[in-house]
Amino acid sequence: MSTTLLAIVMAISIVALLALIFGGILGFAAVRFKVEGNPIVDQINQLLPQTQCGQCSYPGCKPYAEAIANGEKINKCPPGGESTIQALADLLGVEPEPLDAEHGAEKAVPTVAFIREDECIGCTKCIQACPVDAILGAAKQMHTVIADECTGCDLCVEPCPVDCIDMIPVSTNISNWYWQAPTLGVELIASDRRARRAEAN
Amino acid sequence: MTQMIRLHDIHGGIHPAENKRQSTQTAIQVAPIPNELILPLHQHIGAAAIPCVNVGERVLKGQCIAHADGFVSVPLHAPTSGTIVDIEARPVPHASGLSETCMVLQCDGQDEWQAHPSLLEQKNVSLVEQLKPADILTFLAQSGIAGLGGAGFPTAIKLHTGNYPIDTLILNGAECEPYITADDMLMRERADEVVAGGEILLHVLQCARALIGVEDNKPEAIAALEQAVIDAHLSHKIQVVSIPTKYPSGGEKQLIQILTGKEVPSGGIPAHIGIVCQNVATASAIYRAVVHGEPLIHRITTLTGDACQQPSNWQVLLGTPIDYLLTLAGYQAQQPERVIMGGPMMGFALPHLQLPVIKTSNCILAPKAKELPLNEYATACIRCGQCTQVCPAELLPQQLYWFSKTQELDKVEQHNVFDCIECGACSYVCPSHIPLVQYYRFAKGAIREERAAQEKALRAKERFEQRLARQEQELAEKEAKRKARAEAAATAQKAKQADLAEPASAPASSVDDTLEKLNKQLAASQAAVQKTKEKLAAAQADPEQADKIPALEAALEKVTSKLKSIAMELAAAKKAAAASTTTTGDSDKGDPNSPERLRKKWETAQLRLQTAEQRLAEAMEQQLDTVSALQTGVEKQRERVNDALAAYQASQTETQSDVANSPDNHELEKKILAQQDRVAKAEERLTMARESGLDTVDALAMGLQKQRDKLAQLEQQRVASSTPEGV
Amino acid sequence: MGLLTLSSPHTHNQNSTQHMMQMVILATLPGFVVSTWLFGFGTLINITLAIVVALGCEAAILVVRKRPVGFFLNDYSIVLTAVLLGLALPPLAPWWITVIATFFAVVFGKHLYGGLGNNPFNPAMLGYALVLVSFPVEMTTNWASSIIATDVTASFSDTLSIIFAGASSDAWTGATALDSYKHLITNATAAEIAQQPEFSGFLNAGWAWVNLAYLVGGLWLVWRRIISWHIPLSMLVALSLCSLIIGWDADMYTPLSLHLLSGATMLGAFFIATDPVSASTTTRGKLIYGAGIGVFVYVIRTWGAYPDAVAFAVLLMNLAVPFIDAYTQPRTYGHNKAKRGLYQKQPK
Ligand code: SF4
Ligand code: SF4
Ligand code: SF4
Ligand code: SF4
Repeated sequence: MSTTLLAIVMAISIVALLALIFGGILGFAAVRFKVEGNPIVDQINQLLPQTQCGQCSYPGCKPYAEAIANGEKINKCPPGGESTIQALADLLGVEPEPLDAEHGAEKAVPTVAFIREDECIGCTKCIQACPVDAILGAAKQMHTVIADECTGCDLCVEPCPVDCIDMIPVSTNISNWYWQAPTLGVELIASDRRARRAEAN
Repeated sequence: MTQMIRLHDIHGGIHPAENKRQSTQTAIQVAPIPNELILPLHQHIGAAAIPCVNVGERVLKGQCIAHADGFVSVPLHAPTSGTIVDIEARPVPHASGLSETCMVLQCDGQDEWQAHPSLLEQKNVSLVEQLKPADILTFLAQSGIAGLGGAGFPTAIKLHTGNYPIDTLILNGAECEPYITADDMLMRERADEVVAGGEILLHVLQCARALIGVEDNKPEAIAALEQAVIDAHLSHKIQVVSIPTKYPSGGEKQLIQILTGKEVPSGGIPAHIGIVCQNVATASAIYRAVVHGEPLIHRITTLTGDACQQPSNWQVLLGTPIDYLLTLAGYQAQQPERVIMGGPMMGFALPHLQLPVIKTSNCILAPKAKELPLNEYATACIRCGQCTQVCPAELLPQQLYWFSKTQELDKVEQHNVFDCIECGACSYVCPSHIPLVQYYRFAKGAIREERAAQEKALRAKERFEQRLARQEQELAEKEAKRKARAEAAATAQKAKQADLAEPASAPASSVDDTLEKLNKQLAASQAAVQKTKEKLAAAQADPEQADKIPALEAALEKVTSKLKSIAMELAAAKKAAAASTTTTGDSDKGDPNSPERLRKKWETAQLRLQTAEQRLAEAMEQQLDTVSALQTGVEKQRERVNDALAAYQASQTETQSDVANSPDNHELEKKILAQQDRVAKAEERLTMARESGLDTVDALAMGLQKQRDKLAQLEQQRVASSTPEGV
Repeated sequence: MGLLTLSSPHTHNQNSTQHMMQMVILATLPGFVVSTWLFGFGTLINITLAIVVALGCEAAILVVRKRPVGFFLNDYSIVLTAVLLGLALPPLAPWWITVIATFFAVVFGKHLYGGLGNNPFNPAMLGYALVLVSFPVEMTTNWASSIIATDVTASFSDTLSIIFAGASSDAWTGATALDSYKHLITNATAAEIAQQPEFSGFLNAGWAWVNLAYLVGGLWLVWRRIISWHIPLSMLVALSLCSLIIGWDADMYTPLSLHLLSGATMLGAFFIATDPVSASTTTRGKLIYGAGIGVFVYVIRTWGAYPDAVAFAVLLMNLAVPFIDAYTQPRTYGHNKAKRGLYQKQPK
């Protein structure tokens, strides 16, 4: 009887000891290899387009990234569109959802703001609206957009009292043009092929 | 000479039908001058040139018509004399078929040269060796020379090797693309120019040896070059090397590997391994520039393909339209029509023929459908590995294809897509007829675009964060200031309350006392001012007392400032009085138009305005959306103040005629002084806002303007009020 | 209409997938002719049957997948699969074996993975392995004995009735050489076995002639650059090395000559292992892949329950191809080292 008891006590103490040891190791590891900060927010922020347009209803991409880290839906960023949603879904291991139409639609083509300079009255309102300081100008002076820095967020358009800001599509020139992937490709389906033949004749 | 070099093999490569004989049957001919030349500003790698002549201007042959935009750019020269008739967007020869800015030159047929001293003449030396390499580089940059082989890289930049010592110069005469014979014919007929150009290059690079690599299918060119080297007594420096014919041995990296066994590091340039590679045509252009002072205005272009009845090589002015050129070679349009600029392996098909020849156009190929059959349908990749076997860059084309097709761009990059030279060997052998190179071009473009977007996003993020930080700081500063102000106000309030606490039973009387006292003081100081002014006037009138003027002036200033401060105090006291009267209730309910009532009205209106303004400022600081509403409120309030003021003044002037006993109108003066004070305050507030940020500046500026207007108004009134007196 | 604009290159060597498949089919001809001569019409009937079934299955599946039928039937890839299957199956196997194997090869081996170019396994060998595992008796007893042993092969009509009507094939069948040698060597010495008529003389035995014929066809393919030499060579070298090192004792193990020149060795080396779709694509990968097949062939033949092993060896190495490919990428021009392994996202 006593030997059984002893065995049980032994077993329990050994397990307890092991638990202690491993607990200690884990605890040590947790301290030793502690990851600083909250990198997931940064990682999410990396994937957001940084347009800073606020369409997601947060005052910028970083706040939205923080919100996502806290469980906000990932489909609220129109500038990022499907590709961003996909990337976020991959990162967070969740199902991608279609873009939430409530926050707007993805732009078909990227745009930049353009100020019709002779109409600009120099009210500085657009400067105050631009989240990335992409507009140059001073009070009563003509303003202009630094196209390279403009994220195309549209925020400056509305405040302009004389409506002199246009969003123009980013132009394609021979420096940034590139071939698109072949469309007449592998595994033509029957109808394509007939069309192709008709075209050739 | 060829025996001294050990040749190395490149991986892969193919042997497409050469088709070079057709166009080497006749010598190079000089193409006539067309009516119009189209000169794109962007014919090279780098930034487009900037026009430096105007539309309508007559230009001479060789005149610079567009200068380089920065370091990585190339100027443009008029290929013949004529008039610039347009600077506009025109389609340019590029795979995209897009339009870019071009200068259109209407030729006058006189082909009149501008004075074009060679560099030797300019520097007054007789030998190239006596020139400074740096001078030659500058001159080449000014002469508009860009690589004539294909990519069009600005030559001066390629030769600017910085700190990398160059031990081998390679002149690329391989011309491995089928059909093209422009370099072949150049080497046959102008070998001396190529060799002389090589000598200049050696001097520029301070390099000891040059290798001219020529494929062994051009024996005439090799012989001509060897003779030219001997004639120039350069055998110790320049060697002509015959290399086995194999596509793409003429690729810069491949030729370097064949001749030296070295590989250009991925992402690097040949200079990193001590090598500079130049096309033979570029060498000839360098010679013509340095020794004859001719900028790059023409080039040799092969017109070939079975659709041309007389395939041949032509010396063509840059900007010559292709349809014009093709008629020279007896072009017959085919159905379907296809014209390729460049060779069949790497050239691009032109969307139409109203396009000019540019610096990089080495060949116009107009094939019949039979000689270059169009690709069949692409079928599935069977992983046969033929593409891998021929790839000179030792890539895995089928993997690249797979990942490009599924747009897994990171994997494409991982598989070194950027080391692909787009030679087309893989597509050439692919039994499944997959347009592999197009996939790689797409992948490269998409990756570049993605990189640019990422970079931009990063910048946007930084800028956004900077802005946030700045705004926060501003807010903090403003908050601090506001607090300080609030504190000051609080203490003042307390003091006031303490003042008021005791005579609470008769606040009005105490206030009235103060007012009275102040009024007396004001009167006294006004009298003093008056006196001083009189004295000053007397002093000014009497030359004997002239020396007293400065003292008097100083005294006047003193008394005026005292007057001002008293006026200010008085205003404050009045305000307090008004406050107390509003709290104690207005006793004077008699004549609503009595000056006293009007004055009070005016003062309360002013008070209200002040609170409204303060509220507005606060709203602005906190960026509330009520700002605009408040603004209109303030505006209205201000009007009310003005009305009240006007009414009061009107009543005042009525009574004033007997009250006023001096030429200066006391009340008005006071008001003006107060107004001046307000303007000063507004100015101060504005500068404060300016210093700390943007938000309220506008509103404040507007306010200031209003205050100033009011001041002006008051001054007018003073004039008006004094007028009846004078009458 | 504007001019034609397509991305370069604007020319092509006029080779095609279809042409390559035809060449491979053509190259099986010597082996096929020799085996028909030595072992009778079974192979011919098998191949014909397999082709018919394969084309039928392919067409049906293309219709289901809504692909142009004529276009894809035309690429000959399915014909090649059928031919290889027909050559690999026992000549006198009942018809339904061929039908099942072909059906499985086409539907499961090829199309369920997405059709040509997407199948990770060699379809023919997948079909073969299925029937070998499912019907071991039919697959081991129906090998025709060679004309050298029986002086005469079954007539065409006899063969037809054996295959389709289930007539007894006992008169015409025998164990394969590999199989019988493996059994004999357990209680006889090599010298004694060599006395037997079946194994007397080197080239007398029919299977050696067939293998040599395949070798000729295979070398022709290599010469025409339809296939590269890497896989066949490394497979044969690995097989030989195994045999020389492990099986040096002729009294205990099957000799090298038998390994190389019997069973499906040459067919496997030149026609089956080289199937590009399911083989490794890098040069070093091909060497490893071939060598792996060689080793597996030896191991399964020597210690496994099945007399021949090409199908299993090929399928096993098919499994390893993605891994091999990932670790044998060539060193690209201008790089110091080859990239290795699977893609990993670089942490930024
Ligand atoms: S919608 Fe997208 S781009 Fe706009 S602020 Fe939100 S996360 Fe940034
Ligand atoms: S310029 Fe206008 S569109 Fe561009 S980033 Fe600034 S606010 Fe957005
Ligand atoms: S040559 Fe064509 S079919 Fe062969 S592996 Fe390369 S891409 Fe695939
Ligand atoms: S185009 Fe690129 S991938 Fe194709 S063979 Fe040339 S270098 Fe290799």
